[in-house]
Amino acid sequence: MGATKAPVLSVQGLTVSVRAEGVERPLVEGLSFTLGRGETLAIAGESGSGKSITALAIMGLLPPPAVRASAGRVLLGDTDLLALPESRLRAIRGDRVAMIFQEPMTSLNPVMSIGAQLAEALRTHQPLSRGEARARALAALQSVRISQPERRLSQYPHELSGGMRQRVMIAMALALKPDVLIADEPTTALDVTVQREVLDLLRDLQRETGTAIILITHDMGVVAEMADRVVVMREGRVVEDGPVAQIFTAPQADYTRDLLAAVPRMGNGAPRPGDPALDAAAPVARLRDLAVRFDIHGGMLGRITHRVHAVEHVSFDIRRGETFALVGESGCGKSTIARALAGLVPHDGELEVAGQPLRGLNRAGRQAICRSVQMVFQDPMAALDPRMTVGDLVAEPLLIHGIGTPPERRARAADLFARVGLSADQLDRYPHEFSGGQRQRICIARALALNPGLIVCDESVSALDVSVQARVLDLLAALKREFGLSYLFISHDMAVVENIADRVAVMYLGQIVEMGSRAQIFGNPRHPYTRRLIAAVPVPDPAHVRSDPPRPSGEVPSPIHPVGTAPQRVKLLDIGAGHLVADDAA
Amino acid sequence: MPAYVLRRLLVSALILLGVSLITFFLLYVLPADPVRQIAGRSATTATVESIRRELGLDQPFLIQYGHYLAGLLQGDLGRSYLQKTEVATLIASRLPATLLLMVGAIFCELALGLSMGIAAALLRGRVADQALMMASFVTVSAPQFVVGLLMLYVFAVKLGWFPIGGYGTFLHLVLPALTLGILGSGWYSRMMRSSMIDVLRADYIRTARAKGLGRARVVLRHALPNAILPVIAMIGIDIGIFMGGIVVVESVFGWPGIGQLAWQAIQRVDIPIIMGVTLVSAIAIVLGNLLADLVAPFIDPRIRLK
Repeated sequence: MGATKAPVLSVQGLTVSVRAEGVERPLVEGLSFTLGRGETLAIAGESGSGKSITALAIMGLLPPPAVRASAGRVLLGDTDLLALPESRLRAIRGDRVAMIFQEPMTSLNPVMSIGAQLAEALRTHQPLSRGEARARALAALQSVRISQPERRLSQYPHELSGGMRQRVMIAMALALKPDVLIADEPTTALDVTVQREVLDLLRDLQRETGTAIILITHDMGVVAEMADRVVVMREGRVVEDGPVAQIFTAPQADYTRDLLAAVPRMGNGAPRPGDPALDAAAPVARLRDLAVRFDIHGGMLGRITHRVHAVEHVSFDIRRGETFALVGESGCGKSTIARALAGLVPHDGELEVAGQPLRGLNRAGRQAICRSVQMVFQDPMAALDPRMTVGDLVAEPLLIHGIGTPPERRARAADLFARVGLSADQLDRYPHEFSGGQRQRICIARALALNPGLIVCDESVSALDVSVQARVLDLLAALKREFGLSYLFISHDMAVVENIADRVAVMYLGQIVEMGSRAQIFGNPRHPYTRRLIAAVPVPDPAHVRSDPPRPSGEVPSPIHPVGTAPQRVKLLDIGAGHLVADDAA
Repeated sequence: MPAYVLRRLLVSALILLGVSLITFFLLYVLPADPVRQIAGRSATTATVESIRRELGLDQPFLIQYGHYLAGLLQGDLGRSYLQKTEVATLIASRLPATLLLMVGAIFCELALGLSMGIAAALLRGRVADQALMMASFVTVSAPQFVVGLLMLYVFAVKLGWFPIGGYGTFLHLVLPALTLGILGSGWYSRMMRSSMIDVLRADYIRTARAKGLGRARVVLRHALPNAILPVIAMIGIDIGIFMGGIVVVESVFGWPGIGQLAWQAIQRVDIPIIMGVTLVSAIAIVLGNLLADLVAPFIDPRIRLK
């Protein structure tokens, strides 16, 4: 599209170096690209590729003094941004080049109102009165299609959802109609349907304002949908660049090909080779009418006034040897179910693990349950004690349950290490010495230590790069076959779920709205929410034409109800072969 | 908010009851005998016993405490053993001086501590940062009477800029307030520095810089309000530590506050005064903490008082 237009920004031979212990090491090396007016250029790559550093270098926001742009030019029109003094760069920042960041939850100042933050951005660059700035701020909020824009002005960031905050960030960045907008993973932290809305919004605003966008992302689906041209980066260097269609249909570099191959794709639930025949007779976990509610205290005497109905009326079985996936967006209650299964939150209703009801267990009983349910969490760095060696971490479950002698435990840890693709001579290292994917392997090894029947994977691959993600998913599948494990696989990523799950339950506001086999859910989704989730997933194919689903209106309702009232129960109807759908949509 | 304040005040009343019980008990088991102090060394055993009876000190602990509590509930703090004056009157006459010193000291403490902390955070890793942190370490570890006497010697005796002691004018206030302030500033500068360093790393600071804001505005408008939150909670706690320091500093500077009153009372085992001063200090601590908690939501809208 815009590649032939005069470049608005041109990066030539940019090198960014970090100085550590007297040695200068490049983070980005010899990066060159041009950006035309109204064009979207995607910089794609995995963690450590230098894509975010590039963005900060263009903005002049590299953390001094250790990191600096050591060579090259960044030309905005005829001005070299790298050569400008800070005072002149400041006038360009936010005015001609603006930026939005990955974490909308932390990117707004928590102690300033939305209106004040927007007005500040405007008044920094234009001589506006307070009233004018307020009017412009309101207009900016209206342009990002936020609900009740007037009210938002006086609200604080914590009163807004992640999606709304990212809209505020976009409003702030685009209020001054910059020439260039740098969007650093703008939708990575958002739910998939919110991501859809934000991507649509960015595209619409770009059409209106003609702002050129540098989109930094790891998600090839987002690249395919948004970009005109793509720069693929790896370890600070450009691997390949070209028009988006060429990158996807005729990638030149091996790395690009591998990256595209690793991207999980949706396939309408088509059958996979080796789908297991499942034994419905003896489930490893059985949930009947499970409910988890949290009390909210209020008033003078701190009485319970409201309850969070995190999980309501949830019933399903996890069969031996199956991967049961729970999908849904943040706050739908999927992680709460995981915590209830591990005995970490009190619950109502029936919950059996390995034929044992979880309620009313004594200490010993609970400990025994822990041997049959283990968890693998999202962030492996946070899940591993940084002060213990990984060998001790993997052997710790055995120690807690008093299994084996120290040499036996160590041998078992070495065994498990080999099983998850690590080597026994790494046992005495500490977690920080491993990469993200390796750390998640360590977590999996730890979960396996007690030979559990069920492993709960709570967003276990969400924080990993796609190529690493693909390998960890392969590992999980291999372990399942080898040990006859069952997984409760919790994820917001529909494409990953379609690739790994045997059966799927879709959750919305604490209740299941649709449940069935992988083929049923992805081949014949019946509930509108399921359809919306599937439709929202970015497709890694630039030729894909999106049939625009109706845009959802407003925010997800609250699961908080006053005491004495309860959310309405969603009734599930069997529409054939065990495919359950909420009766309002069946 | 009114419900919150009311609930906190009720809890405070319980705290004060606990403080009174524990202090009374400690004074009861103390080997020092107040009656000996009153009667003097040469008094006969009979005189001592009659004074003991007169003051009710021959009664069992619970009865003594019951009497004290009954008086307390009617607002009666009792009479000083030695000065024969109402404790309430003694404290009331000295409280304004102490409050004045406290306000002056907290002002010095914050002005010194916060500016040192902010400067150190902004100059992190440089020589100035290390020098400031070294200075804060010295102030944290220096004994109050040493700093007090040093200030007196340099600024009052040698330079003659300030009076050597006493009370009455602004100049009288400077040295004692500065002494307490310097000693407290070390804690604040260290706390402010680490809080500020954390905040300067935050994503919203990067956002503020990406907007094109100047450094001063980024620091003062965006970083400072976020960084100061833990410091505010600290001020509430600090009043307790401060009450300890005031006893020494008031004595060094001859400042006629309740610290001096307490010091004299402790030497003479004048139990009603010790009890009274302890309770007044406890009230100050409780109210200081309440005030700190009430101020916090005005700075951080995420804090809700429940």
